[in-house]
Amino acid sequence: MQVQRASLAEQIMGGLARIGITGRRIVIGVPLIWLMVFFLLPFLIVLKISFATQLIAIPPFSPLFVWTDGSFLPGLHIDWSNYQYMFSDSLYIKAYFNSVQIAFFSTCICTLIAYPMAYGVARAPESWRNPLLLLIVLPFWTSLLLRVYAWIGLLKTNGVINNVLLTLGIIDDPLPMMNNAFSVYVGIVYSYLPFMLLPLYASLSRLDFTLLEAASDLGASKARAFLSITLPLSLPGVIAGAMLVFIPAVGEFVIPSLLGGTGVTMIGRVIWDEFFSNQAWPVASAVAVTLMMFLVVPIMLYQHFQARTETR
Amino acid sequence: MKKTGLSPFIIACLLFGFTFLYAPIIMLIIFSFNASKLVTVWGGFSTKWYFELMHDEQILGAAYLSFKIASINACLSVVIGTMAAYALVRYGRFRGRAIMIQSISSRLVLPDVILGLSILMLFVSLQNLIGWPAQRGVMTIIIAHVTFSSAYVAIVVQSRLAGLDRSFEEAAFDLGAGPFTVFRTVTLPMIAPSLVAGWLLAFILSFDDLVIASFASGPSATTLPMVIFSKVRLGINPEVNALATIIVFAVAVGVIFAGGLLQRQSDTRAGGK
Repeated sequence: MQVQRASLAEQIMGGLARIGITGRRIVIGVPLIWLMVFFLLPFLIVLKISFATQLIAIPPFSPLFVWTDGSFLPGLHIDWSNYQYMFSDSLYIKAYFNSVQIAFFSTCICTLIAYPMAYGVARAPESWRNPLLLLIVLPFWTSLLLRVYAWIGLLKTNGVINNVLLTLGIIDDPLPMMNNAFSVYVGIVYSYLPFMLLPLYASLSRLDFTLLEAASDLGASKARAFLSITLPLSLPGVIAGAMLVFIPAVGEFVIPSLLGGTGVTMIGRVIWDEFFSNQAWPVASAVAVTLMMFLVVPIMLYQHFQARTETR
Repeated sequence: MKKTGLSPFIIACLLFGFTFLYAPIIMLIIFSFNASKLVTVWGGFSTKWYFELMHDEQILGAAYLSFKIASINACLSVVIGTMAAYALVRYGRFRGRAIMIQSISSRLVLPDVILGLSILMLFVSLQNLIGWPAQRGVMTIIIAHVTFSSAYVAIVVQSRLAGLDRSFEEAAFDLGAGPFTVFRTVTLPMIAPSLVAGWLLAFILSFDDLVIASFASGPSATTLPMVIFSKVRLGINPEVNALATIIVFAVAVGVIFAGGLLQRQSDTRAGGK
């Protein structure tokens, strides 16, 4: 029975193959076409709209190609004003600067926290490793929105941390930990820590620890052995992890809008507000295109070092 | 008993790190049982927020919608992601390979705001050009979600496929089976654990997503994260704490289940050698 069904499927595949649709073409074609239509084409459209003029219409921007009577080719209507507007308004410059700064320092803090943790997990006894890894990925699987929201209750002026510190008499006035840069840093480091931990663990767990024993036999101090063996060998993991934190953190929206209050402007929020509150599609597109330009180099770095972490 | 070889410094770092990761989640769970409406002051044990949650039509409706979108998205993502993984691992060099690799890895890192904005612009342009999609809602959210979660599935399945012993497939080919039969009867059972893990990952990514869904959706479809976001923007909400606790437990069960599957997968891989 099963053999018959299989042969029927093979017959259908054979029939399709005769008209040029082979299994190979389907397997390559479906994901490739999906990617081109729903991932690459949208970027071209955003680029196009970033050069359009804002209109009060549906959709609220001018077309890029303008057909005029008598001419064979369409005229190109390129409007640089969205970019000029963006670079002349200090709001956008400040938001870019803030985003890159916050993402950069968050990445550094993530590395400092994650490195000893990943090292500990990689050197833990065999039977502990999988439970520890499970503990690392568990929060990552739980809603980011809800975990960031949880920090509001911890950090607020009358929140849990301040209440505990006040009760213990360690502080006299509640610490301002909410709606400022501090809370945004906490949120980003907290949310992206697993993204740093996993590639670091991957590179550290493949490290040959007998090299360290050899180094100490040859008289190297622990610090020396770490700096000349462990650190260089785990560097691809560090950089892959750093990019995995830095790139999405630059464009983060949820964390600054829940924890940042009005004081911290990040570029992800600016795009969101231009789009949803101001209906300024061309400006939002220009801001997004510029952000993409910022991220091209980190993305290439990530791809390079990701490939190196994965080759075994 | 083997010595652990972990210095006190490393153990302290592990303790600090895990406390940092779990403190907020534990707070959410504790305060979901708080009788007081002042969410950060303990007012006695109560399950009333769970009771109110069960009668909140808006949250229940949104949860059902999110569940539906996440399930459909996960199934589509597994099909497309597995195709991409199979092509990358088995077909060597083909035209479009570089595009596929680059797009998959950049989708993992690109900020949600960019992905959301660009896919919405695509929908709007298509609507002007060919009249489809006539309106944005469940279908456009699913398309947007499949676009990013299939990349995660592709990565998960790819690593499993790459580590697979090919001699079973070759034996089946030698015995005269066609490529479709070989895939169905030999390859598929061997990569099944990674397909389940990929399905769960795609489900969770879709179920959690706020930003991309907000861009891709129209007025007709409001998903659970959108409802949560609009509620918590106004401040702390004990009902959301109760909802979070339920989600945390559901996810923990799912992750431990998937962890067990992957564990078995690596055991069989080690045993097969």
